[in-house]
Amino acid sequence: MSLLRAGTTASSAPVAGPPPPARRRRRTTTLLTAGLAAALLLACLLSAGLGAYEIPLGDVLGSLLHRAGLGGAELDRVPESVLWNVRLPRVALALLVGASLGCAGALMQGVFGNPLAEPGVIGISMGSAVGAVAAIALGMDFLGNWTVTACAFAAGLVTVLLVYTLSRAGGRTEVVTLILTGIAVNAFGGALVGLGVFLADNAQVTQITFWQLGSLAQATWPKVLAVLPCALVGLAVAPLYGRKLDLLALGERPARHLGVDVERLRLVMVLVVALLTAAAVAVAGVITFVGLLVPHLLRMAAGPGHRFLVPGSALGGALVLVAADLAARTAAQPAELPLGVLTALFGSPFFFWLLRRTRRKQGGWA
Amino acid sequence: MIRSLFRSRHHRLPSPSPLATVLAEARSLSVRLGGRAVLDGVDLGVAAGEVLALVGPNGAGKSTLLAALAHDLPAAAGEVRIDGEPAAAWSAAELALRRAVLPQSAELSFPFPVEEVVRMGRAPWAGTPAEGEDDAAVREAMAAAEVTGFASRPFAALSGGERARVALARVLAQRTPLLLLDEPTAALDLRHQELVLRICRERAAAGAAVVVVLHDLGLAGAYADRIAVLHGGRIAAEGPPARVLEAELLTRVYLQPVEVIDHPRTGEPLVIPWRAGRDFAS
Repeated sequence: MSLLRAGTTASSAPVAGPPPPARRRRRTTTLLTAGLAAALLLACLLSAGLGAYEIPLGDVLGSLLHRAGLGGAELDRVPESVLWNVRLPRVALALLVGASLGCAGALMQGVFGNPLAEPGVIGISMGSAVGAVAAIALGMDFLGNWTVTACAFAAGLVTVLLVYTLSRAGGRTEVVTLILTGIAVNAFGGALVGLGVFLADNAQVTQITFWQLGSLAQATWPKVLAVLPCALVGLAVAPLYGRKLDLLALGERPARHLGVDVERLRLVMVLVVALLTAAAVAVAGVITFVGLLVPHLLRMAAGPGHRFLVPGSALGGALVLVAADLAARTAAQPAELPLGVLTALFGSPFFFWLLRRTRRKQGGWA
Repeated sequence: MIRSLFRSRHHRLPSPSPLATVLAEARSLSVRLGGRAVLDGVDLGVAAGEVLALVGPNGAGKSTLLAALAHDLPAAAGEVRIDGEPAAAWSAAELALRRAVLPQSAELSFPFPVEEVVRMGRAPWAGTPAEGEDDAAVREAMAAAEVTGFASRPFAALSGGERARVALARVLAQRTPLLLLDEPTAALDLRHQELVLRICRERAAAGAAVVVVLHDLGLAGAYADRIAVLHGGRIAAEGPPARVLEAELLTRVYLQPVEVIDHPRTGEPLVIPWRAGRDFAS
């Protein structure tokens, strides 16, 4: 998307050409997009091959080509089954969840105008978790396979709206208010999740616990299918609002003066964030900090323009999660680390550093 | 591409207005903020080709009137018309093609470089035939506001006065027929205060209508075609500087005795607070 746009603007520019910073930035984003895409592809292939049962890279490629009808060869029964029934659904799920989390993080930060906003930190993920736990504990299945996702979405939506209204004052979101709101929402959500566990029977408790640690170990194709619509709609809509999010950085009134229907933009963004977070939480539990870390690193590398940042964060989030899942599976073989624990382990120090930096830049808490 | 199709189809583009067309006007406008009447029955219009200065003491309603003309605040009574129609009849995107607003303080949540901030002023024109002017508009606006020298620096690294000029450049790049500027000179040094008001004059000469909130009555007297003095939410006086800048009126409005003298060379009215002289010690 950003590649395509960059290409068209460059060709329609007058002879004098755009000023150097814009051109340099365009080259950076092109390189970054290509680099991220290549790294993601490599990570996916590695993740499909590595693990308790090793499948050589050549075999992975061969089997993929075979199923796509482009030659290659089918593997033996066991590796073929491991690849298609265990590894690939897991990779696909990691892709979807990572892209959703990264993209949701970039959108939240844009809407709040604050680099510390992240679905996990400010409690949206916990809100979605409450919905999902309620669905499991109460044994709901009014929408079949999609029940947990739908409940996670509804609860996530309510939480986003709540956090948004609670943490804004005079058209601004102050860091302290935002973080404190997050603490309160997380505490309340934690209590509700606890209540859900208390009400659940033994089998349900096991299911909730697994899911709460944040893991992709239960990945199956039906699960991929359960979150696919939410994630795809969110990921497709989000990049359309890049330019408007840029304008929102000027503040609400100036954005309106530049023709942005701010109320509508906010509503759409809140819906999209709830969709993406629900998609991620419903299958993988609460995985924090991906949405914080990825957009922030990309902003440092390629500038704050949302037309690259939003799709770029989806790409980066997918890469981080595929890699993290590979590490979670292989680092402590044959045991498997919970994915949510792993991302929190790396994400928390980063968050701490970010807090310090924000504080220094503002000369105190604002 | 799909987006630009959606965007331009239904928007009415502004047509060039002949001089003296009224581009924005308040008709017996009252605005209430927090239960208090901040504007009370204000009638005021601004026409293509003129610079209108809004002056008055703190809290008189200058910024509120400007915000109401920008269609930021709802009217409790009366109405605001922009480009001949009620302001509420325009969509946000259509208004953005007609009026640009400089806020009192410029803020930015993310560290965009200066050139990109100025380019944001071109956003309303995306997908219209004027999109091709983007580069030229940005370049000209940056040159006019004298910010070309730090085009690639991040906005956050600038001083207050530099930020104010970048915000002004963004507003100029929008190339709208109506300019609403809220205290554009507040953070600026002597030279740049004059520069900003000269830009206002140039835009008016090119056919724009300019409304500017000012505290410096000297600047208002030197550059405005008309001055409106606000006092307690009403217009206390309105007209050309020579008639409005009058000692008795200003003394009453500002609760501060003033003298008005003519400049010995240009004949412009100069407003000077009445001071007893330098014998403070006695």
